[in-house]
Amino acid sequence: MKNYIKKYVILRRNEFKIMVKKMKKSKACYLFLAPYAILFTMFYILPVCSSIFFSFTYYNILESPKFIGVQNYINLILQDDIFLTAIKNTFLIAVITGPLGYIMSFLFAWLINELPRWLRTIGVIVFYVPSIAGNVFIIFAIFFRGDAYGYVNAFLMNAGIIGAPILWLTNPKYMLKVCMIVILWMSLGTGFLSFVAGLQGVDRSQFEAGYMDGVKNRWQELWYITLPNMKPMLMFGAVMAITQAFGVCDVTMALCGYPSTDYAARTVVTHLFDYGFSRFEMGYASAIATTLFLIMIICNKAIQSLLRRVGT
Amino acid sequence: MSKKIKEKTIKSSKHKKIIKKRKPNRSFVGDILIYFVLFLFALAMVFPLVFAISSSLKPLDELFLFPPKLFAQNPTLDNFQDLFVTMGKSWVTFSRYIFNTVFITAVGTTGHLIIASLGAFVLAKYDFPGKKLFFTIVVTALMFNGYVTAIPNYLIISKLGWVDTYWAIVIPAFAAPMGLFLMKQFMEGIPMSLVEAAMIDGAGLGKIFMRIVMPNVKPAWLTLIIFSVQNLWNNKAATFIYSEEKKTLVYALQQIQSGGIARTGQAAAVTVIVMIVPITIFILSESQILETMASSGLKE
Repeated sequence: MKNYIKKYVILRRNEFKIMVKKMKKSKACYLFLAPYAILFTMFYILPVCSSIFFSFTYYNILESPKFIGVQNYINLILQDDIFLTAIKNTFLIAVITGPLGYIMSFLFAWLINELPRWLRTIGVIVFYVPSIAGNVFIIFAIFFRGDAYGYVNAFLMNAGIIGAPILWLTNPKYMLKVCMIVILWMSLGTGFLSFVAGLQGVDRSQFEAGYMDGVKNRWQELWYITLPNMKPMLMFGAVMAITQAFGVCDVTMALCGYPSTDYAARTVVTHLFDYGFSRFEMGYASAIATTLFLIMIICNKAIQSLLRRVGT
Repeated sequence: MSKKIKEKTIKSSKHKKIIKKRKPNRSFVGDILIYFVLFLFALAMVFPLVFAISSSLKPLDELFLFPPKLFAQNPTLDNFQDLFVTMGKSWVTFSRYIFNTVFITAVGTTGHLIIASLGAFVLAKYDFPGKKLFFTIVVTALMFNGYVTAIPNYLIISKLGWVDTYWAIVIPAFAAPMGLFLMKQFMEGIPMSLVEAAMIDGAGLGKIFMRIVMPNVKPAWLTLIIFSVQNLWNNKAATFIYSEEKKTLVYALQQIQSGGIARTGQAAAVTVIVMIVPITIFILSESQILETMASSGLKE
């Protein structure tokens, strides 16, 4: 046993020595990486760590932070009804728009891919543009205006489907649904581009081999040939979709107001802004941020392990 | 000459063969049905954009016309003119807002491009301890949204004394993980033998970077620039910048936009101005971006 430990220690020490030597040899590499690494640490790693730290404190910027243990989290879950609404809304939005947007991205990319080149270019532009068009989604506020002059209301009333105008953006019953439509409209983002590009790179000869082996229709082709080839892009797209789905706040804030009626359109991020930048309860806001961070990371990991099984 | 034509015909006949071969898995009816549905979706996607553009061209009486017409009957540029008049009246001149946004976008993008490609280069082409760990962390950073770090970021920036300066937006933009990720993935596509050949010829790390790698990753450059521009152009910077003369164009425009019903026309003009820049840039560089995105996959 003793011998074994000794050997292990020696091995580790040697490994360490080799590492140090390697590090010395690649000084220039570190020099190249340094500017990015420093800034990245400052604005990405440090904030996450300090957010976790502050979440265990009471901190309002004026006084120095006071350690209060997990009190923030207890308050979040047991006392903050609005937070629970926010969580519920965020999950609802994420569960519906996330997968739907993801599937839409892939489906459209896949269908566009078989078009002739010029049509494909137009297709990519048409589908991608809403996600980069800034705040154009405000136009939906005109479509869904609550009076009889709102276009959707007018259309539905003329068609005889509804008798009186619906308050789309102020009635808690409809707010989230309208927001989801808008979010879906904007959901063909970076992931979509990645899919389009990835589909271009799938090896043609594999399809031919597939025909020989008896792939019968486009759906089999999709499942047995295209999807397995696209795995890395699917992963990347999933990361983008999840990050976006849980970070919803712009759309709900712009369309339903901030705060929205009965908090029916409040999301976790809106709640975070409320506590962080309106009430300056940084400790509490950090607890919200940390919760959101954990949700995002866990979802990403879960989805990735799921995606590994695609096409097998 | 005749050889060329011959080559062409061979090529096209080959092409036809492939198309013929591809047919078995595509039914004609299915194709039509699917592309019809795709076309409907495409219409739904562009409709709000077209509506925004056309309403920015409508004169006031048409804006409030009911039922609305999709296209303006007498298109004018009045709304844009009015917008410039309104902007001209504010005590901070319009050109100042433009300068702010252009400055932030230009400096942020340049810095991001340089710093991210320096980092991506060594991550892609060299092996050194800690490399894998660092890249894993960067990929993890892709997995959470900027909102998560909004509060500590604010605290850090205020500690640095950057609140109410351009640096509050510019410097964090340097370290955007997306840029490094895309650049690194793309650089991995450059054959290692190229780098090794340069090394044998006695080129140092800096020379390899400048002479060999960077000229070969132009599509990635463009993609990085475009993503960064999109990001910074739409950045309202509302939490960091308070003084009016440092506010960004988008922020100032949105103040006009929230001016109520009397400014409906101008608001539409604002929407168009804000969206036109990122969209134009994207359309111009679409093929380059797609080339970069082809290597964007996340390998396990």
